[in-house]
Amino acid sequence: MQMTTSLLQETPTAITSPVTIKVTDLNFFYGSFQGLKNINLDIHEKKVTAFIGPSGCGKSTLLRTMNRMYDLYPGQRAEGKIVYGGRNILEEGVDVNVLRAKVGMVFQKPTPFPMSIYDNIAFGVRLYEKLSKGEMDERVEWALKKAAIWNEVKDKLNKNGLSLSGGQQQRLCIARGVAVKPDVLLLDEPTSALDPISTVKIEELITELKEDYTIVIVTHNMQQAARCSDYTAYMYLGELVEFGETDNIFINPTRKETQDYITGRFG
Amino acid sequence: MPEHSSKQYELDLEAIRSKVLLMGGMVEKQFHDAMACFRTLNIVEAERIIATDLEVNQMEVALDDACSHLIVKRQPAANDLRTVMATIKAITDLERIGDEATKIARAARSLHQRGIVPIAHEETVRVMADSAAVLLHDALDAFARLDKKQATKLIIQDELIDHEFRSVMRNVITFMMEDPRTISASLDTLWVAKAIERIGDHTKNIAEYVIYVVEGKDIRHTDYAQQHSAG
Repeated sequence: MQMTTSLLQETPTAITSPVTIKVTDLNFFYGSFQGLKNINLDIHEKKVTAFIGPSGCGKSTLLRTMNRMYDLYPGQRAEGKIVYGGRNILEEGVDVNVLRAKVGMVFQKPTPFPMSIYDNIAFGVRLYEKLSKGEMDERVEWALKKAAIWNEVKDKLNKNGLSLSGGQQQRLCIARGVAVKPDVLLLDEPTSALDPISTVKIEELITELKEDYTIVIVTHNMQQAARCSDYTAYMYLGELVEFGETDNIFINPTRKETQDYITGRFG
Repeated sequence: MPEHSSKQYELDLEAIRSKVLLMGGMVEKQFHDAMACFRTLNIVEAERIIATDLEVNQMEVALDDACSHLIVKRQPAANDLRTVMATIKAITDLERIGDEATKIARAARSLHQRGIVPIAHEETVRVMADSAAVLLHDALDAFARLDKKQATKLIIQDELIDHEFRSVMRNVITFMMEDPRTISASLDTLWVAKAIERIGDHTKNIAEYVIYVVEGKDIRHTDYAQQHSAG
């Protein structure tokens, strides 16, 4: 008469959602220093994936390979495969401008252009699309609404982007990324320079944005990873130590190294 | 396990762990004394045991408070989180074990006040009381050492106490049927048996929390122990 469910019947939860970016055997070099070692990882569609790990573990490096941001620096190279949209983006001949429109990036410090709020958004769009004035107005409004900043700036679209507060600037940068209609947003510690209230707003925004976009976030704030990501990757010394569902990583990680890091038993 | 980067965090966790064991020790003694008192029907001792329940209750409140503070200050994760969760639950069970021991002391007081006891009241429940005492001791030990093997064994052993309870009940019913004058003493004895049976259940819960802390599996309402005890 006792209701029993057998734990033994449980198999480890396989992650079944579609994959947007597939990283295979990725190695990355800063000159002779190897920053990433044999990374294999799937970034899932319309999910938030967080990279955590101590400073210098390679999490930002890994993020930057996904839109080839490292191309801007001489002496840096990546080997292996990062398949996005059916193509290895590390290959020669990939148009990195198109790639970066599809795989957008937001940095740690807000980086608005020294121009009007309106032009901050329109600037990127003009690079890829020819829109009429009316269409551009619509696009700017749409992007600012997506980034949950429209109500705060709608009456001052001609004001300089730099006049906004830090949290608003960061949301403006997210709006700028969203405006070119990307598939993926890469967020590199997007709240580390913000106050707690702005941080909450960005985190709420991340939850809303994942309805439409695949999001990868690098964060030093483990609670942030626990709060707003679906999957978490723990990295250490350029290696991917553990990847799994965020709840499992924070309640019952498989690897001892992960447990030591997230419980603060580190170095 | 390496220590936390924060010494204070380590100390806070250690303080909670050792307080739980202290509370466990208090409750264990309370149960032991209550059974001794049930045998001797010493009224002074019964009153003393009833009074100590206050200390156990205060300990529960203090530990709950320490756990809330740890959560708000440290946001524990992984095994630390599981330790805190298990502690919050375990102290509730310990407090209830204290309550059951108090019930036994009250039964002793009631039997004493009635004067003559026409049945072998203590002997009737002795076997199950001894098993429950061992079970409680071993569960606290497993909690202290995070010994999941021992915890698994204890979960199975609780079934023996449940079985023993049913046999005590049959026994007591026989007394009552044979001689109605034994009814009130028999009922008091039956309450004691029930209290011991409940102590067994709370002890089993504590053993289940040990598995949760160690393996991260919540095995309540599952056949985990049956599956794992064979090996």
